Amino acid sequence: MIQTLNEKQKWYWKKNIQLIIGLLIVWFMVGLGAGVLFAEPLSNVQFLNVSLSFWFAHQGSILVFIILILTYAIRMDKLDKQYKEMVKNENEA
Amino acid sequence: MSVEAITIILVLITFAVYTGIGWWSRVRDTSNFYVAGQGVPTVANGAAIAADWMSAASFISMAGLVAFLGYDGTIYLMGWTGGYVLLALLLAPYLRKFGKFTVPDFIGDRFYSSSARAVAAVATIFISLTYISGQMRGVGIVFSRYLQVDIVVGVLIGMAIVGFFALLGGMKGVTWTQAIQYFVIIIAFLIPAFAISFQLTGNPIPQLALTSSDIVDRLGQIQVDLGMTEYMVPFTDLSMINVFMVTLALMAGTAGLPHVIVRFYTVKSVRAARWSAVWAIIFIGLLYLTAPAVGAFAKYNLIDTIADQPLEEVQNIEWVSKWETTGLLQLDDVNGDGVVNFTGGEDNEVSIDGDIIVLSTPEVANLAPFIIALVAAGGLAAALSTASGLLITMTSAVSHDIYYRIFNKGASESQRLRVGRITLLIALGIAAYVGINPPGFAGEVVALAFGLGAASLFPVILLGIFDKRMNKEGAIAGIITGLSFTLIMIGAILSQSIIGTDEPILDSFFGINAQGVGVVGMVLNFVVSFIVSRMTPEPPKDIQELIENVRAPEIDE
Repeated sequence: MIQTLNEKQKWYWKKNIQLIIGLLIVWFMVGLGAGVLFAEPLSNVQFLNVSLSFWFAHQGSILVFIILILTYAIRMDKLDKQYKEMVKNENEA
Repeated sequence: MSVEAITIILVLITFAVYTGIGWWSRVRDTSNFYVAGQGVPTVANGAAIAADWMSAASFISMAGLVAFLGYDGTIYLMGWTGGYVLLALLLAPYLRKFGKFTVPDFIGDRFYSSSARAVAAVATIFISLTYISGQMRGVGIVFSRYLQVDIVVGVLIGMAIVGFFALLGGMKGVTWTQAIQYFVIIIAFLIPAFAISFQLTGNPIPQLALTSSDIVDRLGQIQVDLGMTEYMVPFTDLSMINVFMVTLALMAGTAGLPHVIVRFYTVKSVRAARWSAVWAIIFIGLLYLTAPAVGAFAKYNLIDTIADQPLEEVQNIEWVSKWETTGLLQLDDVNGDGVVNFTGGEDNEVSIDGDIIVLSTPEVANLAPFIIALVAAGGLAAALSTASGLLITMTSAVSHDIYYRIFNKGASESQRLRVGRITLLIALGIAAYVGINPPGFAGEVVALAFGLGAASLFPVILLGIFDKRMNKEGAIAGIITGLSFTLIMIGAILSQSIIGTDEPILDSFFGINAQGVGVVGMVLNFVVSFIVSRMTPEPPKDIQELIENVRAPEIDE
């Protein structure tokens, strides 16, 4: 077991947290924001054949949620790769 | 052949398939009992997660709830899918990295305390019991309709079948059964949705038809004409604060669902856990994007078929009479004019249980008997897959976390198994009782379970990962505060159906209803945990190392 996180692991954790926070801000704004908090003003905005807030509440937010989780998986894969390369470079140096 | 006969045949075939697969995967798994699951491919695990998670509430109840609530039905749509984002981003990868068997395992180890483990196990049991009673009701409804028996008998038959599958698949190997169940669920949900969508709008893709046709407008208009609330306008059935609170409670509760979290332990790496979350949300999204369309279409069709029609004609419709015998649909000609008045006011003569909307959709739309039977099989698959997942979770909470890890550390495998079996039977009995005397629709009952999860497990798991300073004193105080507050509030607000008082002891908690009150419990949990943890000693060194280890990247070479 590792004692404490080394520099690179700290960097990895920080990047991880930043990514999560960014995605959760979108999550909140789309779901609870557009779907609930701003539902009344947005219900006057027409989108397709329904109101914009109705669309977000019944369909749009779900689509965004799917994209968020997909983005997270892709970005974390990329972060894992970056981390591995950093470790590899250090071992070679 | 009658609808009932086809249904029974189809249900028997699907049950035979589940049993066969359960048996097949069981045989293959005996060689390596514990790690067997860790070879599950991400796509299959995603489908299993989706089936485990999409219960009778999602399949049978949700579209009906959305149909009745209109805009405000978003609490279920957004709540249950939005919670998945929290689970996938905040919990699943770290719990997988931690790599134990149950949620109380994580909490017990992370907070180095048997009391924390016990409290987590008790919370797990509470959540699972509430949740499973919704499944029992779902199964009961399906059986009562298609076997034309009393709903009590339906629940009892369901109890026997769920018990059989849980005992059979309980050891392991439920993953593949659940993956297959997902496909039964989704096919059963989509086919009637395509058909009814095409019938009503000319567009067979329900997800697109909802927004590209004028169906929502037409439904809104027809509802207003009949004196009901407008379909597309927000906060007509629930206040904004309740929509906000219930949605959030469902989100946080989803993230803390013990039987779903366990599924992430069955894949081979952290990366695989992330990708099974992706597959699961795609699979889940397929049903969840269809449900609001089904809700709107079904309601339109239903109103169109029975509202303002001569009572005698309506009662002669086959599906109407069959649902009438179950008691879930009641027509009462209050004013004696021989016409069915379907309104939102006092003069309403139709009382309809939301749980029958999806099940009756194909019949209302005059679809082929085979499709009607398919929907019944899908509803059973949804209830069964979730119920077996829940029973196993509860059983392991009692036999592994409480009995073995706390009371009898020397317990043999067979002693643990016996405790597990007894737990399972007791749990089934309680679930059946609540299924027969439900405090609400299947979906509403399940929503209460989510509130309990949000108030108890979600904060403690989250803090366990992201707050290194969080110690056992804080965690235990937090869970107890959140859980007891929420339980007491739910009990007080729903006292009429739970304890049997004449009036609710409490109307609401400052305008927040029973399903949303879990969020207040959750906030209390966070606050109490934080304060108590800062006033007590920091966690020991090895625990801090454990947390660092969970946070560090996983290198799989």
